[in-house]
Amino acid sequence: MLNTYRELVRIRFLMMLAYRVNYYSGIVIYSLNIGVYYFLWMAIYGGNESLNGTTAVQITTYVAVAWMSRAFYFNNLDREIAQEIRDGTVAVQLIRPYHYLWVKGFQGLGEGLFRLLMFSVPGMVIVSLLFPVQLPTFGAVWGWFAVSLILGFFINTQINILTGLFAFFILNNNGLIRAKRVMVDLLSGLVIPLHFFPAWAQQGLSFLPFQGISYVPSTILSHGMPMEELWSFLMVQAIWVLLLWIPIRGLWFHARRRLVVQGG
Amino acid sequence: MFQAELFLRYLVQYLKVRLEYRSDFLVQLGTDLLFQAVNLIFILVVFTHTTQLSGWTREEVIFIYGYFLVPFAVFSAFFNLWDFNERYIIKGEMDRVLTRPVHSLYQIVMETMTPESLVGAVTGLLVMGWAVWQMEWTFHWMDPLLFFLFVIGGAAIYGGIHVLLTSISLFSDSKTDIQPIMYNVGNYGRYPVNIYHSIIQWVLTWLLPFAFVGFYPASFLLRDDRWLTFALLTPVMGLIYLGLGIVVWNWGIRHYRGAGN
Repeated sequence: MLNTYRELVRIRFLMMLAYRVNYYSGIVIYSLNIGVYYFLWMAIYGGNESLNGTTAVQITTYVAVAWMSRAFYFNNLDREIAQEIRDGTVAVQLIRPYHYLWVKGFQGLGEGLFRLLMFSVPGMVIVSLLFPVQLPTFGAVWGWFAVSLILGFFINTQINILTGLFAFFILNNNGLIRAKRVMVDLLSGLVIPLHFFPAWAQQGLSFLPFQGISYVPSTILSHGMPMEELWSFLMVQAIWVLLLWIPIRGLWFHARRRLVVQGG
Repeated sequence: MFQAELFLRYLVQYLKVRLEYRSDFLVQLGTDLLFQAVNLIFILVVFTHTTQLSGWTREEVIFIYGYFLVPFAVFSAFFNLWDFNERYIIKGEMDRVLTRPVHSLYQIVMETMTPESLVGAVTGLLVMGWAVWQMEWTFHWMDPLLFFLFVIGGAAIYGGIHVLLTSISLFSDSKTDIQPIMYNVGNYGRYPVNIYHSIIQWVLTWLLPFAFVGFYPASFLLRDDRWLTFALLTPVMGLIYLGLGIVVWNWGIRHYRGAGN
C-alpha cells in the first residue's frame, strides 16, 4: 500500500518536470512578489531599526521564507477535486482499490516536493542575492522549521480538500475556490505577519487554522524563539491537523451518498 | 457602425447567458469584492504601525489604490485573454475567427469580455470617495475629464501589454506562462513608486509602464505636482502600448499557421 502512494508522489514529481516553463516563470513571479513586499516593508520601517519587536532584516527574511514556503504547501487540489466531481471521473476513482482523498493528498505532496527542491531552494538563493535576507545557520531550528512546514502543508491540503469537496453540493465552486485562496493568503500571515494585526484581530485569528499554514513556519525560521514557545506553536498546528479530519470525514461520507443518488 | 452593432449584440447575448446562472454571477461579484478588500486590509493594518509611507499618508495610499481599481476594472472587463492559448490555439477556435470579416482581435475581445468586472470600478470609486472625504481635497472642474482620460489611458496600457504577451501564442503553439508575470509586475503600480529602487521606477515608467495605471495619475489628482508630466503622459502611453499590441498581433496573425493540420 505504502509503495502505491510512494509511486504517486514520484509520478506527480516527474509530471511537474515536464512543465519547465511553468517552473521558471514561477521563480520570477515569487521573486516579484517578495520584491513588492520588501519595498513596502522598507517604506513602512522608514529607517526605523525595529517595529513591533521585529527588525527590518527579520521582516525581509520573513517575507522571503513565507513566499518560498508557499511554493511547498500551495497546491491546486481544490480545483482538481472539484473538476473530477463535476465531470464524473471521481466515480471511476471510487471503485479503485485505494482511498481517493489519500491519492489526492500524495499527489499534492509530489507537487510540493518538486517545487521545494527545484524552485524554493534556487529561488531562495536568487532572493538572498537581491535582498538582505539573513537565514540562520544550519542546525536544530531548520529541523523544527521542516516539521512545521510539513504540518502547514497538511493544514493547507486539508482545507483545499474541503473546498474541493464542496463541488458535490454547489454546482460551480470556482468562486469559493478563489475566495478561499485570497483568504488563506491574508489570514495565514503570508502578506502580513499575524503579530502586526490589531490585538482584536490577532485574538480572532488565533482560533483559526490558517496561522498554521504560513505564520508558524515562517516565524520559526526568521525570528528564532525559545523552546517552550516553539512547542506551543507546533502543538497548535498538530491539533488543527487532527481537527480538520472531522469535517473532511463528514463531508466525504455525505458526498459519496449523494454521488450514488446522482449516478442511480 | 457595423462594429458597434456587433458589440451590442455580443453584449446582449452575454448578459442573457450570465443572468441564466444568477447565483454563480453573485458568487463572482462577492469574491471580487473580497479580493479587493484583502489589499485594502493590508494597507489599513500597515498604517497602524506607521503614519506615512515615503511621505504618503494613509488616505493618500488608499486613494491611489482606489484609483488603480478603476482602470484595472475597465481592463479586466474587455481584455480577458488569459486562456487565449488554451481556447483559441490548442482547441482550434482561432481558425473560425480568422474566416470572419471582423478584425480577429476585436472579435476575440468581444467573445471573451466580462462586463461584470466593471463592478470593480464602482468599488474603486467608493474607496476613492472615502479617501477624499477623509482628506481636505479641493475639487477642480477639470478633474472628471482628466480622470476619464487617465482611466482610458491606463486600461489601454494594460490592454496593450496583455495583447502583446498574448500574441506570443501566435508564434509558438506551446504554452507560455508569461502573462501571470505581467499581472504580478502590475501589482507594483498600485503603490507610490518612490518607495522602490530607481531601476524598478524606470522599468515601471518606460518598459512596463504600470505606474501610469495607478500611481502617476492618482498622485496628480492628489495635487502632487512632482509627477505632473508623467500623469499627463498617461493617454499617450496608452496609445503607444495599445498600438504596439495591435501591430504585433497583426504580425502574429500573418505568421499563424494553426495547431492542427
